[in-house]
Amino acid sequence: MKKITITAIGGLALAALALSGCSGGSSGGSGSDNGRGPITFVQGKDNSNIIATLAAQWNKLHPDQKVTVKQQSDKADQQHDDLVQHFQAKSTDYDVVTTDVIWTAEFAAKGWLTPLEGSLKLDTSNLLPATVKTATYQGKLYGGPYASDGGILYYRSDLLKTPPKTWDELMADCSIAKRAHIKCYAGQFAQYEGLTVNFAESVNGAGGEIVKSDGKTPNLETPQALAGLNQLVTGFKDGDIPAENKTFQEEQGRQAFEAGQYLFMRNWPYAYSLAKTDSTSKVKNTVAIAPLVTNSSLGGHNLAISAYSKHKATALDFIKFMESPAVQKQIVLKASLSPVIASLYDDPALVKAAPYLPVLKESILKAVPRPVTPFYPAVTQAIQENAFQAISGTVAPDQALKNMQAAIMSAGSGN
Amino acid sequence: MSSVAQAKAPSRPPTVKRGSQKDRERQTAIWLIIPTIVILALVIGYPIVTAIIESFQKDPGLDPSTGMFNQGGFAGFANYSHFLAQQCGTVTCPPGTNGAAFWTSVGNTFLFTVATVVLETVLGVWMAIIMNRSFRGRAWVRASVLVPWAIPTAVTAKLMLFMFATYGIVNVVLQQQILWLSDPAAARIAIIVSDVWKTTPFMALLILAGLQIIPDEIYEAARVDGASTTQQFFRITLPLIKPALMVAVLFRTLDALRMYDLPAILTGGGPGISTTTLSMLVVSQIRQGFNAAAALSTLTFIIIFLVAFVFVRFLGANVVATQSATKKGEA
Amino acid sequence: MSTATEAVVTQGRRRRAAKTADYANVRYKRHVGASLRTGVQAIIIVIWCLLPFYWMIVTSFRPVDHTFDTNLLPIPFTWDNYATAFSTELGNHLLRAIGNSLIVGLTTVIVSLIFGVTAAYALARLEFRGKSMLAGIILGASMFPAVALLSPLFQLFTNIGWTGTYQVLIIPSISFALPLTVYTLTSFLREMPWDLEEAARIDGCTRLRAFWQVILPLAAPAVFTTAILAFIASWNEYLIASVLSTDATQTVTVAIAGFTGSQPHQEPYTAVMAAGTIVTLPLVVLVLILQRKIVAGLTAGGVKG
Repeated sequence: MKKITITAIGGLALAALALSGCSGGSSGGSGSDNGRGPITFVQGKDNSNIIATLAAQWNKLHPDQKVTVKQQSDKADQQHDDLVQHFQAKSTDYDVVTTDVIWTAEFAAKGWLTPLEGSLKLDTSNLLPATVKTATYQGKLYGGPYASDGGILYYRSDLLKTPPKTWDELMADCSIAKRAHIKCYAGQFAQYEGLTVNFAESVNGAGGEIVKSDGKTPNLETPQALAGLNQLVTGFKDGDIPAENKTFQEEQGRQAFEAGQYLFMRNWPYAYSLAKTDSTSKVKNTVAIAPLVTNSSLGGHNLAISAYSKHKATALDFIKFMESPAVQKQIVLKASLSPVIASLYDDPALVKAAPYLPVLKESILKAVPRPVTPFYPAVTQAIQENAFQAISGTVAPDQALKNMQAAIMSAGSGN
Repeated sequence: MSSVAQAKAPSRPPTVKRGSQKDRERQTAIWLIIPTIVILALVIGYPIVTAIIESFQKDPGLDPSTGMFNQGGFAGFANYSHFLAQQCGTVTCPPGTNGAAFWTSVGNTFLFTVATVVLETVLGVWMAIIMNRSFRGRAWVRASVLVPWAIPTAVTAKLMLFMFATYGIVNVVLQQQILWLSDPAAARIAIIVSDVWKTTPFMALLILAGLQIIPDEIYEAARVDGASTTQQFFRITLPLIKPALMVAVLFRTLDALRMYDLPAILTGGGPGISTTTLSMLVVSQIRQGFNAAAALSTLTFIIIFLVAFVFVRFLGANVVATQSATKKGEA
Repeated sequence: MSTATEAVVTQGRRRRAAKTADYANVRYKRHVGASLRTGVQAIIIVIWCLLPFYWMIVTSFRPVDHTFDTNLLPIPFTWDNYATAFSTELGNHLLRAIGNSLIVGLTTVIVSLIFGVTAAYALARLEFRGKSMLAGIILGASMFPAVALLSPLFQLFTNIGWTGTYQVLIIPSISFALPLTVYTLTSFLREMPWDLEEAARIDGCTRLRAFWQVILPLAAPAVFTTAILAFIASWNEYLIASVLSTDATQTVTVAIAGFTGSQPHQEPYTAVMAAGTIVTLPLVVLVLILQRKIVAGLTAGGVKG
């Protein structure tokens, strides 16, 4: 018995060593076909069935550099983990990957993305500057912006003639909601990334910042940040932001607003067409939009080239294709996404089809990105947990900011 | 009761094992068990070994000049003290980090385990006894008992998310406006109820199989002797299903200690960290630094191992005592 | 038989019949009372188990914009969600996923049972040094958090080059089913009457034949129960499948998780409920077919004593 056990353990150890020494797939080198060939494009679940059309258009133009689309789950966390798994295994299966703007720093710092410079340079002159910034890390461009996103303020035009311009005005308008016996303000305050988005908007809108311009050092123990957080805390305490918001992600708020229960809602542009077309929407003719009273958090997605791709030249051309005006127009019309080309926001045909575009443009121009740090998962967790405690009233706002600051410091030092 | 004693110890004639017979038995036994061991070693053993090795390495650090990650070095026990002693570098881990969440998630995990296993055992025994009786339509009862276990966890979690929503059916029936998912106590209750609903069939089925061993004559004899239903249950049923019950409880406990799917989809670990289990903490940590995550997985493994050890040693869940041991009266 | 003997026999029969009838009468009365109690409890159990499932079915028939209605019947009624679930337009391949789950599940059950029964026989019946340690190792496989297996297994199978195959789904599935299978079967085999096997072997059967023809049929409830549990566990497994399967080998859990509404952020509750119903029904049918096997009692002759 002993002999067998020893042999088994020895065999196992040897196997472990041998397998860990293998490199994945092939050695991700520069390929003898000058970096051109078929590629795989990875994105989250395609809700509007548009990517199949775009891929077909590309394949017609480039029959020997065909693109295969791989769709991941629709949950951002799972998309992130799927990319991480493939990068860690140095898999050559993925060529062009769709990255959320908050992942750029993390992936770039781990050396998983190819910098777009030299022979792989990308021209970004016609793109919105804010979107280009989201694809930049340490001064280098690591991806091509594909779609943007910004928050907009929805309100009931039958109850309110002019939308508020500041948070104080908004809170004052809550008296109108009380008179009409509906609730005042809906946002995303469940404990998930949406809370980081809303928290950042309040802090930035009050003149504070979460991290300094180096993107890493937290700067939350300032009166402005406290003022921003207090806007939310007071809102919850006074009931102007009802307690149920603590369970709200985007969908719950949208449904409540469509049912006519709220005067204001902070949400992404996708809710607009749904509010106007859903058969059970009670606000079809009374929904109106305005720019956020705070600075919007910048959302969106970029297209990046995996460091382990074997056909990087083709990948770059595909990114250029996806950023071309023709394709960008299609994603506005068919998928209600926000384009990254600045001029498209003023295109009359597009504005007619997507009336939220001018408001969205204002939002994006004033938008502030969330902290650009390779430790983003830890940083956003620090923000979410402490912000939630503050709005729940279990921790005083200044203490919550102190804890948040300490937690971000700890995350940034990699401890 | 002589009939019970009879059923308790199926008669085994004594056999004297000669040396060569013992060797042959050992050979046969090894060949019979090798396939199982090989598969488990590959799928589970290899990751465990990898995890232990990685847990003694530091997570990659950020090179300030280039902004790129470079290799961490040897970390000793730093990853372990990060969680056990809440050491984040030189300070105590502040709220909002995984280090600070460790002991809370241990508490959550144990709370969920004890609550769900106890409830599932009691309900499972009850359901098994009913399913064992003969009555018309019992096939349908047995099929419907399995339904909760048969629905994929992801669907159950979404269903429960749906039912426990602020305007969901549970609040409508209770005529309350409980914020199930944003109140710590309510969220824990929601998870326990959902898990009990989903997993009781697992226990019921295993216990039902255990009930098959008991012949009807024992109950007849007991009834003739004048035993009441309660007495029959505690003196006959319970002792005789003990082996099956112990296996079911043991495995259910091990599974509950690794609970992930249900709380992850239902509450996401919130509000705060009131429903974060150890497995959820591991997933969160994997995104932030996989060496520390390896240490956390190893810690979880050790905790679960200790619980199983207590089970086997003290609660009699030892399934491998054989003929000779039984003869000697050990098992 | 002479008439006198006949008369004695008949008289004895009549007396026994009377006694049995008397006894049966008393038993009948107690039986009815017990039946009623059993029936009520059975109904409670069925309601408790099926209520959320009923809600799931009802929701699956509601139109998307009536998702949160709380009336008991799905009015307005629509088949749309089932159409969405089965349609391949949006990239959901539910039928293919069901097929994949079946392949993985059936292979898992067959292999787990073979390996499990052999290991259980060794643990329950044979004596050898190190048995406790081996049993402990098998149990130990159930102690490691499954979430921590994902990355190492993904890297391992990528290195071997097995991505997109069925074996990367089947092998982990077997390893999850094995510990429970081995332990359940071991504890059952321990309780088996081994003198039967001894008798058969003395009569000249090999160990294998004695086991296969005598002992295993008696352990049928345990075998079928573990088969059902292993199949369902494999059917419901999500984590490993989500990481190791590709579009072509996707199982149902991954397919359902990938359902989306027509807009980003939109939760397609109704379509998911429809998919969940579709996916659960085969399991219910399976159990209905097999449920007799899981309660086969000790009916083989010469055992009860």
